[in-house]
Formats: sequence, structure tokens, C-alpha cells
Amino acid sequence: MADTMQFDLVSPERSLASLQATAVQLPGADGDLTAMPNHAPTITTLRPGIVRVESPEGNAEFAVTGGFAEVTATGTSVLAERALPTSEVTQDVLDGFVSDAAAASENATAENLDELAKRTVDIAAMASELGLSVKG
Amino acid sequence: MPNLKDLKNRIESVKSTRKITKAMQMVAAAKLRRAQEAAEAGRPYAERFNAVLGGLAASSGGDSAPKLLSGTGSDQVHMLVVMTAERGLCGGFNSSIAKMARAKAEELIASGKTVKILTVGKKGREQLKRDFEDQMVDHVDLSGVRNVGYDNAQGIANDLIHRFNEGEFDVATIFYNKFESVISQIPTAQQVIPASFDAPAEGAEEVSTVYDYEPSEEGILATLLPSGVATQVFTALLENGASEQGARMSAMDNATRNAGDMIDKLTIQFNRSRQAVITNELIEIISGAEAL
Repeated sequence: MADTMQFDLVSPERSLASLQATAVQLPGADGDLTAMPNHAPTITTLRPGIVRVESPEGNAEFAVTGGFAEVTATGTSVLAERALPTSEVTQDVLDGFVSDAAAASENATAENLDELAKRTVDIAAMASELGLSVKG
Repeated sequence: MPNLKDLKNRIESVKSTRKITKAMQMVAAAKLRRAQEAAEAGRPYAERFNAVLGGLAASSGGDSAPKLLSGTGSDQVHMLVVMTAERGLCGGFNSSIAKMARAKAEELIASGKTVKILTVGKKGREQLKRDFEDQMVDHVDLSGVRNVGYDNAQGIANDLIHRFNEGEFDVATIFYNKFESVISQIPTAQQVIPASFDAPAEGAEEVSTVYDYEPSEEGILATLLPSGVATQVFTALLENGASEQGARMSAMDNATRNAGDMIDKLTIQFNRSRQAVITNELIEIISGAEAL
């Protein structure tokens, strides 16, 4: 049994990571899940949150604002709308996320109002995990 | 024959033109590298995205499919999204897109369809305005944007999806130049709504993989389709960016070479005239001396 799998993290603008990982923790839309080698093939959408990667070389963390992940037995690919290492998430970046979400909420229709509200909450949760806070 | 002073001025002016075109060429070359890198960096995302979405779309076709995938059931109103550059002086780059869009629009109008045009980039708008002023619905100005980002694409895509949901059109097609090489850019028309996918490469492995979907297959499809439009628009913008710089680089290279040829020709003409003037003066002096 292989003890590592290929992990790729790509955003539309660039590829952020491509490495061998032992486990990847994903913020799935329906709840967190951890993908390890030989995981059943899964496709899941992501909510704003933190992707944690464990690899023999060390761990890495990335903040993502959404997108989806494709998990297979031999690899995990995360296609994030926006992604960056958590070390680069500053208050300014976070404020950007929040204002984007707020702008989206303004154009919300009845159908996706809940979804957008959840998005805002998810961002706040991500912020507190990183030790930042969302300004009112 | 023009006099010496005129020739001299002319040579000077061509020389400064050459300096400008040379500088533009070098700027375009530097920008091209950046644009190409951006286009390449965006490719893995687009490829994977389309592969996953294509697989999803193929497995969940049918009546329950979202409208973005199945269409409105009619193809009466067409939206043409014409993507061009904000600047000129890049060879046939802008006009090749405009020409293609114009041909398509005329064909659609001739077959009784309604055409709406949304332009991205000033040049395409200028070229199409004369013939299709009434069909123009909107214009996206990217002149203030230095590096096209995913946000820009998302803005355009959201606008399109919003219009689609309002029932403004049935089919949307984007027009852009696909970057092939510095000397060749291929004008391309791509239908984005309803979504169309290249058939995924039928690898044995892919067929046998059955995915678990979380939340549901439909749920994922509904979330991903709008991003799919944005991804396609983004890819088109990146390809267009690289194509524009490539086209400008080769156009300016040609211009620089032509200016060099012209300078050579004018210099020979200048030297000949100067010689003729000197010869004339000598003849005058000699014949004056002989007359004494």
C-alpha cells in the first residue's frame, strides 16, 4: 500500500502546490474530510476554509475561498477559486474576502441567499482559526 | 527631385519612427513572455476543471440538468462576446476577431435570429459599431487593468449568467484569438452557454472510476457550471493577452525592418542628390573660369 499520494493545489491563475502527501484535510461543503492514499474516489465542493496537507517533508496550510476537490486512490487535486498559503493571509486579504462575499450577498436572489450567508459565516470561521477577526 | 533639406528631414523622421517601433517591439516581447507564462499557469486549472465538469455533465444529462448546461430549448437569441485588445498597432489581431464576429453575426441575422453583441476591449467595439450599433448591449472596459486576473473573468461571466437567467439570450459564444505562436494566432469562436465540452479523452481508467459526490451530483454541477463559464472566459482572456503581444511583436518587427529599408533607400537618394549638387557647382566654377 502506497503511503503517499500526489497532491495538487491549483487556482485559475497559478499552480500553488504539487507534492507527495500522506494526508490532506479538506473543508468540504458538507463537512471536513481527510483524504489519505486509497481513499474512495470522491468529488466534493469546498467552502471557504483551510486545506491542511501532511507530507513527509512537513505540513502546509492553505486558505481557499471555494472551488472543489477531486480525490482518487492515488491523488488529491484541489481546484480553488482563490487560494494562498495561510502565512500570506493578512487582515487586508481577509477584508478582501469579506467584501467580496458582501458584494455577492447584495445581488443575492432568494434561492442563493442562504448559501451566501453561509459563505460569510464560513469566512468568519476561517478567520478565527487563523487568529484574525472579521470587522463588523 | 526633392531638395537636400527635405530628404534629410525625411530620413530623420523615419529614423525616429524606427526607434519607436523598435521600442514597442521590445516592450511587446517582454510582455509576451509574461502573458505566455500566465496562460501556461492557468492551463492546469482549466484542463482539470473541464475534465471534471465534462464528466459530470456527461453523466447527468437529461431533463433535470441545469439550464446553463441544457440551454433554454431555443436558439433564437444569440449573444456574441467579442474579445479584442484595448490598443491597436498589433497587426491583424483585432480585425481578425472582428471579421469573424461580423461574419457570424451576418450569418445569424440572415437566418432570422436575433443577435446581441457584448464587446470586451475597445478596438472590437470601434470596428463593430458601424455595422451593428443597434445590436450592441454592453461593453467591458479593461483598459485600466494591467494584468488580467480571474476576477475580471468572473465579472464578465457573472454578467453573462445574470443576463442568461433574465432570459436575454439563449446561446452565448465568445470570440478570441488562440495563441499558437508569435506569428500565428487563430481566431476562435467558442460556445459557453449552454456549456459545451470537448469529449474527455476516453482513458480506460477514467471510465472505470465511479466517484462519490458530495453534496449531490446535481448540487455540484449547479455550483460548478457558473465557475465553468468564468474559467472559459478567463482562458480566453489569457490566450487573447498572449496573442495580442505576439501579434504586436511581429507587427512591430516588420515595421522596424521596413523602416530600416526605407532609411537605406532614402540615404542613397540623399547621397546621389548631394553628389549631383556638387557636380553642378564644379561645372559652374569650371565653365566660369573657362569663360574668362
